[in-house]
Order: sequence, then structure tokens, then C-alpha cells
Amino acid sequence: MSSRDIAVIGTGMHPWGKWGRNFVEYGLAAAREALADAGLSWRDVQYVAGADTIRNGYPGFIAGATFAQALGWSGAQVSSCYAACASGAQAIANARAQILAGLCDVALVVGADAAPKGFFAPVGGDRPDDPDWLRFRLLGATNPMYFALAARRRMALYGSTVEDFAHVKVKNSRHGLANPNARYRKQVAVEEVLESPVVASPLRLLDICATSDGGAALVLTSAEFARSRGLHPVRIAGLSTRTPAFPKTVIDLPDFATDSAMTVDPGERTFRESLAHDAFTQAGVAPSDVSLAEVYDLSTALELDWMEDIGLCAKGEAESLLRAGETTIGGRIPVNPSGGLASFGEAIPAQAIAQICELTRQLQGRSEGRQVEDATVGIAVNQGLFGHGSATVVVR
Amino acid sequence: MLKERRLAIEGWFTTDPVALLGTRCGSCGTPYFPRNELACRNPGCSGPKDGSELSEYAFGTRGTLWSYADARYKPPAPYVSPDPFRPYLLAAVELAEEKLVILGQVAPGVSLDDLSVGQEMELTVGTLYEDDEAEYVVWMWSPVA
Repeated sequence: MSSRDIAVIGTGMHPWGKWGRNFVEYGLAAAREALADAGLSWRDVQYVAGADTIRNGYPGFIAGATFAQALGWSGAQVSSCYAACASGAQAIANARAQILAGLCDVALVVGADAAPKGFFAPVGGDRPDDPDWLRFRLLGATNPMYFALAARRRMALYGSTVEDFAHVKVKNSRHGLANPNARYRKQVAVEEVLESPVVASPLRLLDICATSDGGAALVLTSAEFARSRGLHPVRIAGLSTRTPAFPKTVIDLPDFATDSAMTVDPGERTFRESLAHDAFTQAGVAPSDVSLAEVYDLSTALELDWMEDIGLCAKGEAESLLRAGETTIGGRIPVNPSGGLASFGEAIPAQAIAQICELTRQLQGRSEGRQVEDATVGIAVNQGLFGHGSATVVVR
Repeated sequence: MLKERRLAIEGWFTTDPVALLGTRCGSCGTPYFPRNELACRNPGCSGPKDGSELSEYAFGTRGTLWSYADARYKPPAPYVSPDPFRPYLLAAVELAEEKLVILGQVAPGVSLDDLSVGQEMELTVGTLYEDDEAEYVVWMWSPVA
């Protein structure tokens, strides 16, 4: 175990869905399950890191304190953070830094969301100097429009087809069947995807992830603490939350334009590639060592992009891996064995934490019905708005 | 009666001539769209980074289609939608000289079938929405005839 590894000794989730209840309830349920899984009590937690939600009022902006109060004020150190879709990973990074600095031995990370129906809209109020407001006003550029731009680009570059995209959904829906925390547990057929309504051509309703309620939590500890309890835990060996590097030449939501590459050549790696590379380097492993990957499939096409970004295959080869069944459970490199966002829908601050719950349980051999055999190295990746993203490498 | 035409946003484009307006760093030469008046964002630029290095810049009006998509459902506010909702297209266009990609709606009347990645596009101006007083116009992309 490297001196920079931390242990994951407890995982907990509240099932994803559209439950219509308060987000605190989901976070609390996940936290309790994670603590029970770790065999610890809330009073053992020295640091609690909350991942914020921006669609649930003030309690969501200070989620760490909200969950700490719900669990009962205990005097633990606390933080709350928002980093768009990477909020959960940022909360894990905060806890990891506290543990590695020797400031605490036991940390609890919690994220939960209650999501509105339909397209995500910018937060309320007239804000004509906010790019996230302006992209809706001046372009009508909803999130699926950006996913569609990326999907169309992929089709033009590599000859991907809408059938390829549909096969991603088919695979992920099959994986999600065996996941009790998934919102959608129904096998979807290629024809169902291709017959679902077009939302933003070339993407259809079943190509695009929904928005969900859900909660996820982790108990993280120092390596010494885990050892003192006789555990041989799953470890987080690499975690990157780095920014893009100038010039950022891939258009992402909520951008109006990319950076110009007129004066500075784009670097060797794109933003997403650099996140994964950084996490692999920290962990001292290579993409070829990976047993399974949880990637942020906001759209079916994006899963294929991510496979290449993290180095599972060369550019343009993701479709052939998919079609050969290599990314299915039982294949060489299962992608989204949890069922992915396709089966969950996105519960923003909980999602990156849920990815680590999945990797941990897989590496512990506890994923009944969807177990990846002999899994030893997993990577989870995601990307949010405004240059936040994450990559986390988990090993056993 | 013809309504008054107003810009949907001030300072991002002009209508006569049709052009996208941004800023450009006088120290390192990096152009920005939308306009960046705070400080040059090139970390390797040795300019003062207090905004004084940035001056107005008009972008080239032609580029190649990087990608495109269409909206089949009404977006939430603050998008101002006609009633009933009218589907629209977005184009991402790559400018060769400035080496960047800029999004814009596609001019009305152009359909998905008229577009393919790599084709030449040019800037135009079209109506984004209207109210009782005025038509609000914005920059749009259109295939080069």
C-alpha cells in the first residue's frame, strides 16, 4: 500500500428514483448504511464532507452541515463543496486530503439530490452575465444539445452509428437489471432506443440520462486505521480533480466557444484524458491494468468517448469493443457494470460517490448478479460544468 | 407594421457588417469569444493581465461545420420560445484563422438534411425571439450558398 492510499471501509446508497422526498432523507439513509457497513458509529467520524446540491435551497448549499445535523451534532470537522457533476469526487478529495495530512483517521463523505423533472434549467433569476443563463437565452443550448454535438462529431470522425449508441443503452440496461439501487431495471432492446422520440438529433430519449433522486456515502479511513482493525481494504490509490489546461479545445457545456489555439498549441491530452492520466499516474497503474470502469454516460455516445479518453482503446475503436461484448460483464473490460447513468439517471452530488460505491463493492466481490470476476483495479470518471471533472482509481 | 430590431445581447456581434465581436490580447495575440475584458487567460502570456492588454476584435465570418444538433423539445426559460414551440438547430463552427469553435443557432429555413460536418458555413443574423415592442436578433450560422 502506497503512503498516499486511503481505505474505503464502508459504502452506502439510497436507491435512485423519483421519490419526491427531501434530499436529506436520501443522504441520511446512505450515511447510515455506509457506517453500518464499516462497523463504525457516527461518533467515530472525525470529518464529514458533504457534496452540495444547488436545487434544494440553502440546506443543499451547506450539505456537510445539513447531513451532520441530521445525524446529530457531534463536533466533527465539516466541509461542504460544489463542483457540478464532480461535487461528490471533490468531497472525496477533501476527505482524502484531511486523512493524508494526518488531521483525521475516519471520514464520512455524503452526497444526495432531489432532482426536478425534465431539462435542467439554470438556477432562478435574471443573470445576463452568467454563461449558464446566457446559453439558454441566446442559444437554447440545453444539456442534451451539447451531448448531441459530441455524438454527431463522433459519427463524423469514426463512422459511429445510432445503432452503436443504442447498443450502449442495451448493455447498460442489462447491467442495471441486477442492481437494487438502480432506478431503471428493465432490459431495453435496440429497437426501443431507435423508436424512442428524438430529443436532440442524433440522440433519442433513451440515449440520454434522466435526472434522479438518490444518495450515496462512503466511510474513508487512513491505511493505519484500517490495518489496526485487521482489514485488507479496497483503497483509493489515485484521485484527480485537476482543471483543464489552456487552450481547452473541446466544446463543453455551458461554453459558447472553445479557447482559441491560435497562439498556444493544445497539449498532448484533452481535459478528460488528462484527468484519467493523472489518476493512473498517482496510482502507479496503467489503463491495461483496469478490470472495470464506471464512466459518466450522460449520453450513450459519451460512454464511447470516455472509453477512449481513459485509454481502454485507441480513438475510434470503442464501438468495436462494445460490439464484441468486451465491455459487458463477462467481457475483457466491463464498462458501467452498475448500469451507469443509463440505469440510474443523474443525482448530481451523489453520482461520483455512487461510482466509488460500485467500484468498491465490485473489488470486494459483493456485486451479486453483476459481479466482475477477479476485479483488482477500477477507475471512475466524470465531468461537470465549468471545468470541473474527476478521475478516481480504486485498487485492492 | 415593422417592429424595431434590437440586439439580443449588446457587444457580442454587429449586424452591419455582420460579424462576431470578441476581444484579443495585444501581448500574446489570443482572441476570445465571448468578449473577455478581465484579463488574458493564456497562463503563458506575459501581458499585464489587468484587462488593458485586451481590445475589441472582429472574428472571421466563415468557418467549417464542426458539428450540429437540433432541438425537438422546448427548452426551459430563459429561452424565449414562440408558441407553439418551433424546433431549431445549433451549429458548432470552427474558424481556421482563430482556431476555435463557436456555437450559434442555425438560420431558420435550414434543415438537418442541409448540413454535414466539414461543410463551409457563414455568419448571418436572425430573429431569436420577439415581444410586442421589438424583434431581438442574434448571430446565426448558415451554409455557404
